[in-house]
Amino acid sequence: MHKKGTKWAIYSVIFTIITVLTGCEPLLVLDPKGPQAARQASDILLSIGIMSVIVIVVFALLVYMLVKYRASKQRADYEPPHIEGNLWVEVIMVGIPVLIVAFLSYVSVQSNYIVEATPKGYEDKEPLVVYASSSNWKWHFSYPEEGIETVNYLYIPTDRALEFKLYSYGPITSFWIPQLGGQKYAMADMVTTLHLAADVPGEFMGRNANFSGKGFAENTFNVTAMSQEEFDDWVKEVKETAKPITEKKFEDLLEPGHLGQQTYTGTHLDFSPPPTGHNHTEESSETHEKESHTDSHAGHESMNH
Amino acid sequence: MDFFDRFAVPHPSFAIYASMAAIGLTIIAVIAGLTYFKKWGYLWREWLTTVDHKRIGIMYLLSALLMLFRGGVDAIMMRAQLAVPDNTLLDAQHYNEIFTTHGIVMILFMAMPFIMFFMNFVVPLQIGARDVAFPRLNALSFWLFFMGAMLFNISFVVGGSPDAGWTSYFPLAGTEFSASVGNNYYMIAIQIAGIGTLMTGINFITTILKMRAPGMTLMKMPMFTWSALIANVIIVFAFPVLAVLLAMGTLDRQFGTNFFAMDNGGMDMLWANIFWVWGHPEVYILILPAFGIYSEVISTFARRNLYGYTSMVGSMVIISLLSFLVWAHHFFTMGQGAFTNSIFSITTMAIAVPTGVKIFNWLLTLRKGKIVFTTPMLYSMLFIPLFTLGGVTGVMLAMSAADYQYHNTMFLVAHFHNVIIPGVVYAMLAGLHYYWPKMFGFMLNERIGKWTAWLLSIGFVLAFMPMYISGLDGQARRMYTYSESAGFGPMNMVSFVGAAIMAIGFVLIVYNIYYSTRYESRDISNDPWDARTLEWATHTPVPEYNFAILPDVRTNEAYWDAKKNGHVLFKGEFEKIHMPNNSGIPFIMSCIFFVWGFSFIFSLWIPVILTTIGIFACMALRSFEQDHGRYISVKEIEETETNLRGA
Amino acid sequence: MKIDNSLPLEYSTEENSLKILGFWIFLGAEIMLFATLFATYFTLENRTGSGPTGAEIFQITPVLFETILLLTSSFTVGLGIHAMRIGKQKAMISFFSITLLLGLAFLGVEIFEFVTYVHEGAGIQTSAFTSALLTTLGTHGAHVTLGFFWGLFIILQIKKRGLTPQTTNKAFIFSLYWHFLDVVWIFIFSFIYLKGMM
Repeated sequence: MHKKGTKWAIYSVIFTIITVLTGCEPLLVLDPKGPQAARQASDILLSIGIMSVIVIVVFALLVYMLVKYRASKQRADYEPPHIEGNLWVEVIMVGIPVLIVAFLSYVSVQSNYIVEATPKGYEDKEPLVVYASSSNWKWHFSYPEEGIETVNYLYIPTDRALEFKLYSYGPITSFWIPQLGGQKYAMADMVTTLHLAADVPGEFMGRNANFSGKGFAENTFNVTAMSQEEFDDWVKEVKETAKPITEKKFEDLLEPGHLGQQTYTGTHLDFSPPPTGHNHTEESSETHEKESHTDSHAGHESMNH
Repeated sequence: MDFFDRFAVPHPSFAIYASMAAIGLTIIAVIAGLTYFKKWGYLWREWLTTVDHKRIGIMYLLSALLMLFRGGVDAIMMRAQLAVPDNTLLDAQHYNEIFTTHGIVMILFMAMPFIMFFMNFVVPLQIGARDVAFPRLNALSFWLFFMGAMLFNISFVVGGSPDAGWTSYFPLAGTEFSASVGNNYYMIAIQIAGIGTLMTGINFITTILKMRAPGMTLMKMPMFTWSALIANVIIVFAFPVLAVLLAMGTLDRQFGTNFFAMDNGGMDMLWANIFWVWGHPEVYILILPAFGIYSEVISTFARRNLYGYTSMVGSMVIISLLSFLVWAHHFFTMGQGAFTNSIFSITTMAIAVPTGVKIFNWLLTLRKGKIVFTTPMLYSMLFIPLFTLGGVTGVMLAMSAADYQYHNTMFLVAHFHNVIIPGVVYAMLAGLHYYWPKMFGFMLNERIGKWTAWLLSIGFVLAFMPMYISGLDGQARRMYTYSESAGFGPMNMVSFVGAAIMAIGFVLIVYNIYYSTRYESRDISNDPWDARTLEWATHTPVPEYNFAILPDVRTNEAYWDAKKNGHVLFKGEFEKIHMPNNSGIPFIMSCIFFVWGFSFIFSLWIPVILTTIGIFACMALRSFEQDHGRYISVKEIEETETNLRGA
Repeated sequence: MKIDNSLPLEYSTEENSLKILGFWIFLGAEIMLFATLFATYFTLENRTGSGPTGAEIFQITPVLFETILLLTSSFTVGLGIHAMRIGKQKAMISFFSITLLLGLAFLGVEIFEFVTYVHEGAGIQTSAFTSALLTTLGTHGAHVTLGFFWGLFIILQIKKRGLTPQTTNKAFIFSLYWHFLDVVWIFIFSFIYLKGMM
């Protein structure tokens, strides 16, 4: 019985891994369209690889023990010996996992600094700063440099670093575009920064990943990545056609509920500024504060233009 | 009428009315049954007032099984709702309440009492003690837990359930976004149960440190007792944190303070941090005793001593220390920066090392053994591979940069079910089968037991493996529905099928209890499994005083030592035995706590004041009472011993 | 019940030594409780919203009074236990009574302090800082209040039953509790008041 069981368990694991790796459509997280998501996907695949080895070793040892030492295979009068621990066995038992953990820690720490900084290869261009704030159950995207604001959809240029400043007008939410990179919280009393970039044009799914009440399931937004020229054209078009956002209008937008996609000129940053709490991302905390000041100036300027 | 409106459920549905009717009918049936069979006196004397650790243990077990089904119904409803895209079986609010209560019920009102059951029933027997250090406090612990659980469970028919997730993050759980009393239930019911748990922790540390049989040094304690000791140390350090957290939550919700508020300086991140300072050690409170049970079961049925006893103890101590140093891995995405994340990422991965040591020790315990496949052993052997899967995905989650992609997704849900179900639930079921004969004098049916184990495992793999995949495909957790175009449909359907198979497995457990009660042989020895530790050295059923003569211990497998090496455990003559008296105070005081909690939840301040006075009156009464217990005479002991030996 | 006469009365039975160990463990839990409150306080210390800061509302006089009252009471409870060990029931009851009176005076000053805060516009609902401050102080104050009644009951029991293994055990445990409250107060005094006033 046990033999059948373990075999079956192994099959299910192999099946799972195969589905993950070769499933008919690539899984979103493993189908990255930006440098941050690519780094995360490679970390994930690397850890799946190493972990599979551990799983196989444990499974093999278990099967070996169960096959070799079950009672039905032994003499009726066999008396198992009394064995205390053995120092060398235990050194190996601790040593190998320590080496594996040390290696993964090394990778993990490296990745931490990579995903918390401007994406590699994009440092030469000024990043596009977008203030992404959530309210029940919507996302507001303010482009201070461009002086426009959208609701529930995001247009971004490719081949340029994106710097999202996240905060919330309500419960904690989490800003997540799986194909561009991992998520980060948006909260009421602190602005967090998420560094992303898109390598290729395309449409991506974005959503709030952190439970925020009744309307949580539908708390999604669409992301469209396009070339810088197309993006500039879009900005120009918005500025020509959209209505300005006013304080009154923005307060209406904050009311709980779902809205479709909306577009405005100007941003809400002037009359409803983001929280002043500190961002603890150490390498950028100082520059961040400076930036947020200049940002709001930039916002003013572009509005005046 | 206004006064009564507050007790109405804000968004009733047929299911809730049906539950109301069912609860009402059950209560009437229980009362009628007790009256008809004239069992009120029996119930009061033998159960409600008991201070016997074995009976308290059994009451924990019954509560845990009851709550397993409450939480299980929540689970199957969730899986049914998500089985197909755009399902309308449940609305968003109902779904939110169900996943919230599922989490709380399963962790705090199912797994915790199950652990408490084992600690209560097994620890005093394993260390050769006659009871716990503070038997009456133990009864109070149980009744507070029970009343907390009951209070929590009436929320869905009176006033509405909590709906902000089991983590209850503010500001979502604050009055601005959750106006109903549901989250008051969360704060108060868990607070009451938590006080009980904290007292259990104090009680068992004292018991284990002070009441071991002669000769049993710390390093000669059976592994389950070690795990219980460490779990209780974690309880004592972690539960006060929860108490303060819940008190602050209550103050914010009902007294307008600003701890977690969105303005006036409040800080939503504070809740998340303190919650997990308690929450992470909490999961080790569950898993360590489970590891203890596996150690007992595996060494019994491999017919060998546990390999690497010292490293087993050492690894548990290290796990308990690390458990307090990893809390931020529950929110790598909160923006605390690369440095902080790196620290917590490393401490989290470090836990894999001592846990791995335990897995390898169990594997090496099998080596050169003579493995017998009983139901408890089957659960343990299914635990090793399945838990390893959960453990390695835990290491994956610990890589903080990658966690930005796993966080809040079904991948995470799959991971923690993958450690909790094979890790904790299987241990509970293994232990249930293992200790059942000691408790009730007959075995649970092995054939049904093995069927159950296999059904649960097949169901488990089908229910949770797809979640890893749908998580990587972008399915966030806690969504009440998803659109067809998202493509999560097939995986969720497989999950639902798996959940249904697991449900059949759990029903089979109940059937097994029924079947075995009717048909299994009562003619079993004190030691039906050929086990190794002291709890098997006494009679079945265990007499009130556990051991007529306190055992004399030489090794960490005292009973095995006696069976194989002829060591005499029980030396000397019978002496009169001092036992504590039963007391109604713990039960009555907990009932007052129940009314206190209920009134507090609904801000009915006059009953709150009256019941507060009542609680303190009970404590004062206890202080003034002179109760020095009673003695069981040598004659009585002789009679009991002869009867039990004859049986 | 076995009584071991080589030990002080409060340790003399097995049950007594269990209770003392249990209480020490309970104090461990209490340390965690206050540690959590302190951690919360330090986190929210500067988050005063539109309310006053600590420097604006803290006054040294009542705080000094409270400190002296509580430190003295800790000393007198120690004297009480000493009297109990040498079997002087009357002296012990007197010292315990003084302890409780000092405790009561402490509570009086603390209530005065709270009333002043509320008058100055620093109620528990004012800001995160005042919520944390008043909750921490209030938790300590509630402990002292509970201790007052507990001590009172013990005095009554000793008057009625004399110095038995049970009553001395309760009195000893009470003294541990009272000393603990004193230690917590020293932390409150140093890290809330002094730090806040600087």
